[in-house]
Amino acid sequence: MSSLQFDIAHLLAGSLVLASFMMLYQVRLYALLNVYALHAGVLALSVAWQAYVQQAPHLYLTALIALVFKAIIIPVALHRIIKRLGIHREIENVIGIGLTMMAGIGLVALSMVVMLRVTPGADALAREDLAFALSVVLLGLLVMVTRRNAVSQVVGFMSLENGLVLAATGAKGMPLVVEISVAFSVLIAFIVIGIFLFRIRERFDSVDVQALDRFRGERR
Amino acid sequence: MSFDVLSAILVIPAVSAALLAVLPGYRQTAKLNVVAALATFLTSLSLFVVEPVSGQYLLVDDLNKVFIVLTTLVSFTTSVFSASYIQHEIEIGRLTPAFLRFYHAMYQTLMFAMNLALVANNIGLMWVAVEVATLTTVLMVGIYRTHEALEAAWKYFILGSVGIALALFGTILVYMAARPVVGEGLDGMVWTVLVKHAAQFDPALLNVAFVFLLLGYGTKVGLAPLHAWLPDAHAEGPTPISAVLSGLLLNVALYALLRFKMMLAVNLAAIAPGPLMVTMGLISVIFASLMLYRRRDIKRMFAYSSIEHMGIIVFAFGMGGPLANFAGLLHMTMHSLTKSAIFFAVGHIAQVKGTQKIADIGGLTVTNPVLGWGLMLGVVAIVGLPPLGIFMSEFLVVSSTFSHAPWLTVILVLGIIIALGGLLLRVGTVMFGEPKGPTAPAEASYVPMFAHLALVLMAGIYLPPGLVAGFQNVAKLLG
Repeated sequence: MSSLQFDIAHLLAGSLVLASFMMLYQVRLYALLNVYALHAGVLALSVAWQAYVQQAPHLYLTALIALVFKAIIIPVALHRIIKRLGIHREIENVIGIGLTMMAGIGLVALSMVVMLRVTPGADALAREDLAFALSVVLLGLLVMVTRRNAVSQVVGFMSLENGLVLAATGAKGMPLVVEISVAFSVLIAFIVIGIFLFRIRERFDSVDVQALDRFRGERR
Repeated sequence: MSFDVLSAILVIPAVSAALLAVLPGYRQTAKLNVVAALATFLTSLSLFVVEPVSGQYLLVDDLNKVFIVLTTLVSFTTSVFSASYIQHEIEIGRLTPAFLRFYHAMYQTLMFAMNLALVANNIGLMWVAVEVATLTTVLMVGIYRTHEALEAAWKYFILGSVGIALALFGTILVYMAARPVVGEGLDGMVWTVLVKHAAQFDPALLNVAFVFLLLGYGTKVGLAPLHAWLPDAHAEGPTPISAVLSGLLLNVALYALLRFKMMLAVNLAAIAPGPLMVTMGLISVIFASLMLYRRRDIKRMFAYSSIEHMGIIVFAFGMGGPLANFAGLLHMTMHSLTKSAIFFAVGHIAQVKGTQKIADIGGLTVTNPVLGWGLMLGVVAIVGLPPLGIFMSEFLVVSSTFSHAPWLTVILVLGIIIALGGLLLRVGTVMFGEPKGPTAPAEASYVPMFAHLALVLMAGIYLPPGLVAGFQNVAKLLG
């Protein structure tokens, strides 16, 4: 592999981590969705580049799924849901933006340390990809735990799945079954979520997960 | 012929799920559900007679035979219970026929997903199956659409998805570890190939992979501190689903974990999975047994009891060795049978009394003697009193641990005793207190409950040599 190919792969995977960081400080739902669309777009580029570098044509399909489904259809649909529910206000964060960013930096450092240490045998592209992928997964988790709003938790979960796709494509020659399954699970997840959002709305007139907290724990 | 058996246990539920999704009329569909589950169970029994050929995608060996037969058996008995349970729910208007069609279709989809997870020889396929099983149960937990059911389903969905995502990351890492040795492509995902070559994998990568797999599938097993979804999901969903979740789905996730444990055991340089599993198991036992004391909801209480027992089982498998593995397998079987029997009883009790609150249920042995004594027998079994099966298996777990690690035994026994106290204390008032609530006789199906309890009683007194030999064989496989 030439060093240019390597650098571009590196750049794209790094951009994905950056996009994950951008999610951490969004305060409005629409903006968060836009960043998610960007996230998925970068993922599509990254996967397409891997397809080219690895000469694995089936990965182009994965890239296409990421582009069409995750970067366009899901954000548009979620936009509509938000509009219909009238919840396009600010997102409540559990902890402050500054602390969240610090935690994010810590998580990225952690995943670099862990993954680079345990994969000295693997080829350079795969191991860096894996480290970036783990960062994206952990940042997705962070988005999920620092947001109270159900929609932003879903977005966090979807960005987490993007990280998994990055990891799967970085693992050279991994059979197609996994890529399809990831895309498939996002699809199902989306349907489930869609249904739930409407049901939650029906019951609470709000998609704020705080409203659910009243019922936490034991029945009284 | 051999190929047919293996595909039949997948095709029957899949086809019935499709049929049940379109057929109207709940009496007929409930019957069809039972018939389909029975057919799957009988087919799975034939695995003992014919030896199916394992391929790159599907696999049958002695380990998963045990799991498959147990899963299909409890699926069948639960479908019988479900038929009478659902009829009552329709009558009181808690569920509408449209939802029922959905419910039955999902029931068979869940059976399909669990069977697929059990027979998958491909770690990717296994992951997909566990994911499908999670999603179907999420939908079923939320089926009543009450506040609590929605919250439970949402929590289960979020925690379950995160768990399953971590498991996928672990799976990818296993593939990465396998790739330099077995080459690119499908082989790196086939479990039988992985086990054969695992000795040459990079141990550091395997270690990290196992941590992710333990956290991921461990969430589904309900190990503390990843258990938060479990009590809610068990308490708020329809009771047949609580029975299936507790008796089967937790086992399926455990099975996935065991497969990876077997792979790691081959690689001598990798960490031993045992201590990790022992630790999580013990934490679950202690935590869950303490939580039993302040429960107000009867289904939630038995959900915590499930966490406790999964803890014991994971502890036993973590200790390893032929005897502890044997005890773990026996305990898993006994727990599945007993806990589903308990949920059958609790489901009907909640229907008769119209509540799940422990405080509002009393004097069952007077008002509904058959259900009351059935539940009592189940509780006596689940807390591990002799002569029932769980006493046997817990005794084996404890005694097999004693020679290796007496201090761990002390903690484990402490947990078991605390749980015994908690459950008996709570159930005492429900059973023998002042009669409370409606006293109408229950239209219950007692057969599944007493069939399970009879099996548990039999296992406590006499284990058939064939079963013992089979379990010993599996225990040796597990290492």
